[in-house]
Amino acid sequence: MAVINKTGAALQEAAAPMRRPSLPIASLLLGALAFVGMMISIWAIFLYAPTDAIEGLSQRIFYFHVPVAWLAMLSFVIVALGGAVYLWREDERWDWLALAAAEAGAIFTTLTLVTGSLWGRATWGTWWTWDARLTTSLILWFLYIAYLMLRSYLGKTSTSARAGAVLAILGVIDVPIIYESVNWWRTLHPAAEIGTPGALPPSVVLVLMLALVSFTLFYCVLLIQLYQLVRLQHLTWRLRARLQAVD
Amino acid sequence: MSTLSTLRLFCSQVLAILGKDIRYELRSKQTWLGMGLFALLVFVIFNFAFDLRVENRAAVAPGALWVAFVFASLLGLGRTIAAEREGGSLDRLLLCPVDRRAIYLAKLLGNLLFIGIVELVALPIFAALFSVPLFSGELLPIVLLGTLGVAIIGTLFSAMTAATRARELLLPLLVFPLIVPVVIAAVRATGALMIAAPDEPPWLGLLAAFDVIFLSLALLTFSYVIEE
Amino acid sequence: MTYTGSDERVSRQRPDQTCTEGSSLAQEAGRQETSPRPEAERPLVEIQGLRKSFAFRPVLRGIDLSLRAGERLALLGANGAGKTTLLRILACLTRPTAGQALVAGLDCVHDAQEVRRLVGFVAHQPYLYEELTALENLLFFARMYGVARGRERALSLLERVGLARRARDRVGSLSRGQLQRLALARALLHGPRLLLLDEAETGLDEAGTALLSTLLAEHMAEGGTLILTTHRPEFALQQADRLVMLKGGRIVYQEAVAGLELAQVRRAYQEVVG
Repeated sequence: MAVINKTGAALQEAAAPMRRPSLPIASLLLGALAFVGMMISIWAIFLYAPTDAIEGLSQRIFYFHVPVAWLAMLSFVIVALGGAVYLWREDERWDWLALAAAEAGAIFTTLTLVTGSLWGRATWGTWWTWDARLTTSLILWFLYIAYLMLRSYLGKTSTSARAGAVLAILGVIDVPIIYESVNWWRTLHPAAEIGTPGALPPSVVLVLMLALVSFTLFYCVLLIQLYQLVRLQHLTWRLRARLQAVD
Repeated sequence: MSTLSTLRLFCSQVLAILGKDIRYELRSKQTWLGMGLFALLVFVIFNFAFDLRVENRAAVAPGALWVAFVFASLLGLGRTIAAEREGGSLDRLLLCPVDRRAIYLAKLLGNLLFIGIVELVALPIFAALFSVPLFSGELLPIVLLGTLGVAIIGTLFSAMTAATRARELLLPLLVFPLIVPVVIAAVRATGALMIAAPDEPPWLGLLAAFDVIFLSLALLTFSYVIEE
Repeated sequence: MTYTGSDERVSRQRPDQTCTEGSSLAQEAGRQETSPRPEAERPLVEIQGLRKSFAFRPVLRGIDLSLRAGERLALLGANGAGKTTLLRILACLTRPTAGQALVAGLDCVHDAQEVRRLVGFVAHQPYLYEELTALENLLFFARMYGVARGRERALSLLERVGLARRARDRVGSLSRGQLQRLALARALLHGPRLLLLDEAETGLDEAGTALLSTLLAEHMAEGGTLILTTHRPEFALQQADRLVMLKGGRIVYQEAVAGLELAQVRRAYQEVVG
């Protein structure tokens, strides 16, 4: 008996994932919270925090630099975790998370390098030193760029997602090793001592904590938006491929 | 199947792939001749770039050596796995009931062998060109472990990038950041051979530790990289 | 964040689903040893709800198919209908996006290594090493499959495919037809229970086609099973017991060969392809 194909089913099948996602209230709330937090942080950084006795005004970059650097590293851990869970569960949503975190992380690592460089110029009179922290940040930046390039060169396939996951897993284990080995390497070349202030005044700690929390909230909002973007991108690709296949 | 016979089959498969690759390379000699010439050229360029004199030789020579080795390795790594990929995929091997780790180990050993031969030829020339007293007992383990570290990461990522259009660009971009600890340790250990420095960390031990960490990670993840 | 499309759900559930089904089948296989149920009743190839997309382009869209041991199946269809992908999934070279494929009760994803031992595959590419000689190629694959007495087996296969004289020539110097014969020898090396041929008759001259028929007959006589793809309805009628036509990744025609006229098949094939 010959079975006849129904082309109508293919169209229905293709249109299925296009229902509009409802705007989640949680992410709206988070956005509002992040906005308020950022406003308060900016006020606190410029008006509330005490001016550093030695470094002067330029020390205020510290309140931007530290949260941004923290998020740059957190982001890479998320990329690696997303990748690892993707390899384990084969659920593409974890890969979308990894991709979104990589995009956010690349931005934050760039900001880390820029703010760190500006601060270094103002404080030690040099844009760059080959200190462990700076070197590791630079390599982290290279890893993000390599990750994004690898993903784009391998295209919209599961091969791309797996390769990215492997790179991120190796990277996340390698980054602390890089930090330590640069540290050891440095022992022979004593360089400018990076600001390790003894006891921070309580107001400085308070502003730093405030900045850390609000930057992290802002990061979460950004990550959710990027995740949605990646998700819609993938759904669109899939839909387009389906429609072409029906033709 | 018992564990022993599985292990025997595993080893036999590793040797089969390795033997096949060696035969392949012997029949198309371009790859490692090119690698050797490339390494020598890097020495020459370094000589001009840094104007090596007696007083700064110890500072520059280890760097020159490892830059040459790392670059030459990457050239070779990119080519050997590309030869395995027929029509962009490793299907010929993947079709066989072979543990993917065996494929990785065979490719790693093959790469190590070819890079090792090039290095063995390049080392005396390096020593002569730079008149550096390199031949102390520890040099061989340093070169071996350093090369192993580069090859471990390089083999994994060359399999990953071999199917892409921008293989030559992408491979160094992925490998260089990750091998930073290996390069640091190898350069430092080589430097310590020329001028004994006090308070140095045990670079050779660290190099071995890096190799072990990276090798276990590579063995764990290789199958994800090559299978569709 | 909260919404998940139907396809996301499919891909999420797939591993668990296959897991549970795989284990229930394993239990079934375990029962089989004790019960007097005859082996022939159990299909050698079971394919259920098989889907595959490449870069979101659906290639297979829900294939259900089962094949008894000793059966010969021919897949027909236009280029891009999904024939090759179906064979590649059975050869464990590609993993399905959803659904499952079993060979002798073994899952093509989870028990891939065991399935690979049972399957021989002749693809578009010969899957041979050009720089090595014909004999070296077969010896290499014999070791990869762990074939006992590999050299004797390789030599006798070279004899059977008529390449004994070219054994020590580089594969790169062989003609298209000779390459195809050698690829056939490579696929038969480990005595596979399931032979997959992807348009294996193309590039063969008349003698080659006759040889192919002989080898297939021998394979069937040894209790083997066969799936082949072809663009030639007459070849399918000759070599298969059942015809399946694919279009756009779906089965659109399925018929037993017994009692079929060539003209009928040609008409159906034109309809599917055109």
